[in-house]
Amino acid sequence: MRVTKDLVAASATPIVLGILAEGESYGYAILRRISDLSGGELDWTEGLLYPLLHRLERLGHVESSWQVVPGERRRKYYRITRQGLAELAEQQRQWRTVVEALQQVWPSIAEIRPQFTPLEGNA
Amino acid sequence: MTVTDGKDELEAQFALWREHVRRRPELVESDADELEDHLRGSVDGLVSKGLAADEAFLIAVKRMGGLDELSREFAREHSERLWKQLMFTGEAGDPVRRSRSRRDVIAMLVCAFGAAVSVKIPELFGRGFNEDGLFYSVNLALFALPWLAAFLVWRRRPSAGVGGALAALFVLGAVVANGYPLDADSQSAGLMATHLPIALWLVVGLAYVSDDLRSARRRMDFIRFTGEWFVYLVLMGLGGGVLIAFLYGIFDAIGVDSDTAIGTWVVPCGFVAATVVAGWLVEVKQGVIENIAPVLTKLFTPLFTVALLAFLVTIGWNGRSIEIDRETLVMFDLLLAVVLGLLLYSLSARDPEAPRGPFDVLQLALVVSALVIDALVLYTMAGRIAEYGTTPNNVAALGENIVLLANLAWSVWLLLRFVRRRGTFPAIERWQTSYLPVYALWFWTVVLLLPPLFSFR
Repeated sequence: MRVTKDLVAASATPIVLGILAEGESYGYAILRRISDLSGGELDWTEGLLYPLLHRLERLGHVESSWQVVPGERRRKYYRITRQGLAELAEQQRQWRTVVEALQQVWPSIAEIRPQFTPLEGNA
Repeated sequence: MTVTDGKDELEAQFALWREHVRRRPELVESDADELEDHLRGSVDGLVSKGLAADEAFLIAVKRMGGLDELSREFAREHSERLWKQLMFTGEAGDPVRRSRSRRDVIAMLVCAFGAAVSVKIPELFGRGFNEDGLFYSVNLALFALPWLAAFLVWRRRPSAGVGGALAALFVLGAVVANGYPLDADSQSAGLMATHLPIALWLVVGLAYVSDDLRSARRRMDFIRFTGEWFVYLVLMGLGGGVLIAFLYGIFDAIGVDSDTAIGTWVVPCGFVAATVVAGWLVEVKQGVIENIAPVLTKLFTPLFTVALLAFLVTIGWNGRSIEIDRETLVMFDLLLAVVLGLLLYSLSARDPEAPRGPFDVLQLALVVSALVIDALVLYTMAGRIAEYGTTPNNVAALGENIVLLANLAWSVWLLLRFVRRRGTFPAIERWQTSYLPVYALWFWTVVLLLPPLFSFR
């Protein structure tokens, strides 16, 4: 099972903000963390992550700094800002609403399912 | 295989990959750093799982996905990067280039400031900008172009010979402009005011090509420089006009009359400084932005061709003869100059190896119709000179006409050969670049010899 593209895109911002709320991080580590969290089911590309990080930085939700790491290379670390934390709280509120709604409606679907005969079956 | 060999190979692959990334306008230096760090992270991860370095590299690159898709995603976030930025390109660029461009800016500011100050110095000696019209109309170019030449010399560092020749020519220009006893109403004064700037501009050309005096490529670059410089100057003039309108308006609102300040400070200082700034803009933006002059010529060549053909058809239909006086002759001179400009700037942007196309035929039609019109003008002019005798003005106008006519006539011949596949494109280019000294010769002749020949009439 793979999560669809639309759902990945919709959940991208809260996931990245959530990971950064745990502490500052950089692109590759964020991608690894997402992969670990979802058991590899969330299919993120670099083309999704980096432009998203840049957008969050432009909006002021995260800030970045270059640090030199072993191997004489520069690494860009991202840190969540106060504004980013507020955005994360807002996103959590919205997602909770969605999840609660789904939880209310799903048990009934599970019960109906066995009795449900598809229309095509009659033809 | 030793470990170090593998490492070197890997570094080479990273360097190659980075080069590919940097070729994308959407991805800037810092993106390349960030993505490279990512790639290295995923290579290290794969190596620690037991893969060989080169295998790990291939897999990591593959996982990152195509650069096309990646740069498309980046472009969606950073659309401004597709608009090439002229002034603020130095993000985390190469430090040598950055310090060079900073020194260029400082040199430009010094020269522009120098020009602005120099144009005000004569006022200390009682030559007010508004009172002494003759002095400033004759000398204005001398307050601007030497500074532009100085900026170019600073960039090019030519040999002492070229530097000396430049200084000598500017001094010569200053001497004749102020040494000749010109009367404000005389034709000679008008000639000096119109011809000295062009003569001096060709001296700026000497500073531009500096040591590569004989190189046709460098001369063509100077032609390109001239066109772009002019376009920038006009654009800055428009901006300056807006600034002046607001200056006048806002000070008027508080009851302060700003006429004098604008007329004697903002306009002259702004103009001479703008000539230097325009030169700097053309120099630094080379290769950053599409040249504008060739775009304009592409737009206007068909329109001018239609206009000239319509004019010829009207003459043929009505049998009208051209009413020639001095103004119309000057106008037809300017028309030839415009046609030459259209020809030059489409040449300057043409790929020498490109095959002949309809545009070349169009150009031929344009130049031929200009030549036919000019032949009519010259015919009438000859009659007029025979009737009224010579004056400085009609000698100068006639001379220009002949200089331009000779250029265009030979260009027609070369274009015709090119269109009929008998000649090559570089021959046309060479003809135009080797013709530049002829202009210099003629304009300096007008400036130096015509006033004394006509005893400063």
